[in-house]
Amino acid sequence: MTELNRRSLLRAGAAAGAASLLALPARAQGQYPTRPVTLICPWGAGGGTDATARIIGALLEKDLGQPINVVNRTGGNGVVGHSAIATAQPDGYTIGIITVEIAMLHHAGLTQLTYKDYTPLALVNQDPPGVQVSASSPYKDIKALAEAIKAAPAGKMKASGTGQGGIWHLALVGWLQAMGLQPDHVRWVPSNGAAPAMQDLAAGGIDIVTCSVPEARAMLDAGRARSLAIMAPQRNPQFPDVPTLNDALGINYSTGAWRGIAAPRNLPDDMAKTLVSALERAYKSKEFTDFMHSRGFGTIWAGPQEFADFMGKSDRAMGEAMKAAGLARA
Amino acid sequence: MDAVLTAFGLVFDPSVLLVILAAAVFGMFVGAMPGLTATMATALLVPVTFFMDPVPSLGAIVTATAMAIFAGDIPAAMLRMPGTPASAAYADESFLMTKKGQLDLNLGVNVVFSALGGIVGVAFLVLCAPALAELALNFSSFEYFWLACLGLTCAVFIGSGNPVKGFVSLLFGLSVGCIGIDPAAGVPRFTFGNVDLMSGVNFIAVMIGAFAVSELLRGGVELHQVGHVVVPQVGNVFRGVAGVLRRYWLNFVRGSLLGTLIGALPGAGADIAAWVSYAVSKRFSRTPEKFGTGHLEGIVEATSSNNSAVAGAWIPALVFGIPGDSITAIVIGVLYMKGMNPGPTVFTENPQFIYAVFIIFVLANVVMIPLGWAAIKSMKQVLRIPRTLLLPLILLFCVVGAFAMTNSSYGIVLMLIFGVLGWFMEENGIPVAPMILGLVLGEMLEQNFMTSMIKADGAWLAFFERPIAGSLGVMTLLVWLLMLVRGARTALRRPAAA
Repeated sequence: MTELNRRSLLRAGAAAGAASLLALPARAQGQYPTRPVTLICPWGAGGGTDATARIIGALLEKDLGQPINVVNRTGGNGVVGHSAIATAQPDGYTIGIITVEIAMLHHAGLTQLTYKDYTPLALVNQDPPGVQVSASSPYKDIKALAEAIKAAPAGKMKASGTGQGGIWHLALVGWLQAMGLQPDHVRWVPSNGAAPAMQDLAAGGIDIVTCSVPEARAMLDAGRARSLAIMAPQRNPQFPDVPTLNDALGINYSTGAWRGIAAPRNLPDDMAKTLVSALERAYKSKEFTDFMHSRGFGTIWAGPQEFADFMGKSDRAMGEAMKAAGLARA
Repeated sequence: MDAVLTAFGLVFDPSVLLVILAAAVFGMFVGAMPGLTATMATALLVPVTFFMDPVPSLGAIVTATAMAIFAGDIPAAMLRMPGTPASAAYADESFLMTKKGQLDLNLGVNVVFSALGGIVGVAFLVLCAPALAELALNFSSFEYFWLACLGLTCAVFIGSGNPVKGFVSLLFGLSVGCIGIDPAAGVPRFTFGNVDLMSGVNFIAVMIGAFAVSELLRGGVELHQVGHVVVPQVGNVFRGVAGVLRRYWLNFVRGSLLGTLIGALPGAGADIAAWVSYAVSKRFSRTPEKFGTGHLEGIVEATSSNNSAVAGAWIPALVFGIPGDSITAIVIGVLYMKGMNPGPTVFTENPQFIYAVFIIFVLANVVMIPLGWAAIKSMKQVLRIPRTLLLPLILLFCVVGAFAMTNSSYGIVLMLIFGVLGWFMEENGIPVAPMILGLVLGEMLEQNFMTSMIKADGAWLAFFERPIAGSLGVMTLLVWLLMLVRGARTALRRPAAA
């Protein structure tokens, strides 16, 4: 009896694991990919990057007929995962999701890696930062906030949204500079990500959070915070009431976090082609669009060449912003 | 009322029930495997939920996590290998009970009190989610700093015996926690240019090493000695549990309440709840000297606490979309995906789904008892395996678990280093538990201290200016003062007695 129980337990565990494998259509041998592909995600399970990696993994799996295993290699502000992608064999069986941090980490002196260490495949997402204040904040619109910032002594106002020198910190720095202020006029309070920062905003610990609007969404919906503006060229159709900086202040400043799929450098062309066309089908699928919209994430498509150009531009912009903020070490 | 009926209809659909059952078995399996955590169980379920309806997908997550947190107790009791970090606080105590031949009672208590604690947590989730979430929302870095201080104070209670050795272990854990990128300035510390070290020292890999591998080393040394081998009794695990409930009902109530509250606080989950409850139980026990000898009291409190924290963590997640722990961080993503945007509106827009989640929570904790019983019965066979075969098998599981934490061999290296280190520490009377606690709370302490100081422009008094922070601060200082006074008194009395 007991023997049977253990067996059934093990069998059920194995079945749970194997279920996803069995659901796949069989494919002809010989054509890439012939075995499972690893998709490395440099950020933790549950975050936006992980979710994006997993939906893309699930869609590629259907398309390519091989399991795509999302593997989280986290830590070191993203260095660990980005290194793991760059240093893997360019055999088409390890790819990864790379994020805006690859354009920042080497400026901060945390790694030697740059976007040039990858074979870019596709850019799939970009999210601009918003400017969020607490619901109890006296600033009803971005103009009032901007004036209050200008009038306040340097370091009086506090902002948060991510770690020191993270993308949302740079967004704040860029915005302050565009207003003609010093990069540290509003002091940055490093946080463990956008969610803790939004909580601190509601708890009254800080004045401003410059994370993306989808990251702030729960607190906005709960009526605990207000989004005053986004740092993007256009309004987000999902949050049409939030003006751009250009609309409200006449400041033409925009930036954003992005995510794309890449492989180690020197991936053979035919494999890259297979992956890019599969990615394009995944990007255009209803599942992907629905998923990204349900999370409030922005979608943007760029193929290999445009993605490389995009990363080059991002790299230069981040380098300048980090130098200005005194965050560049290399 | 209609929503409640709809919710019952949604849950008691055969396919949903089947999903819940499968998730329960899956959760049991993951929880009982050291290194595979409840968080990982949730992450593994996410891609499956892409293609499922809201109720079964949330049901799967709720059930799997509740089971995993309980199932972590089984290997902790049998092999001194906590299956999930939430069982680490009382792994030692459980294993000592097993050595005393009380495995049955211990596991019976674990399964019953896990289920009861879970139900208390759900009751709070159902009845006062908005109010508790409101309270949790008032916590900023100042409050968390004091909480981390209080948590570290627990180390004094969990390290049995010599307090100096406990402190050594705690401080060592805090120092190891400094490795990696510093949470405030983003500067790498003690990484020597190594990419893996930049991610810091993974505490779960350390935990597997310090608890399980050190135990394996000890077992290896004693392999050919006769004696102390556990006689596996296949008795009735539920015998005596009712008596335990009568005797330790206060511990159960206190553990469940504290667990729910800690779970509801963003950034602290089931593992911290178990540590704190264990320490509280020892502090207020009438027989604190029995702790650390295989005593049931602390286990009752901590095992109730970690399961109530699982439900507690859903409180801020549902009401404000703020994760109460790493599991609900993933759940929030799933909620958005299923169109149930967290926030107060979730209770008005889709009440049937929320009620369905509540029903599943209760259901999961009820089926935990028969399923847990089955898992215990089958796991017990493990103890019949000859030790020469069992020890290498356990090592294999440890290696798999440690690898899974970092998805690289770095986790295995960490596990082995801390396995040897833990063995040396324990052979010299230095407890390993405070080290793990230091590692868990070190970053929380540092991060909240640094951000508080930045926010306050370096003014120390800011730690006492906010009402909750002030009360917590005064409480912490009082606890420390009391401990100092007591320590000084014993120190003074000792020479007089001699």
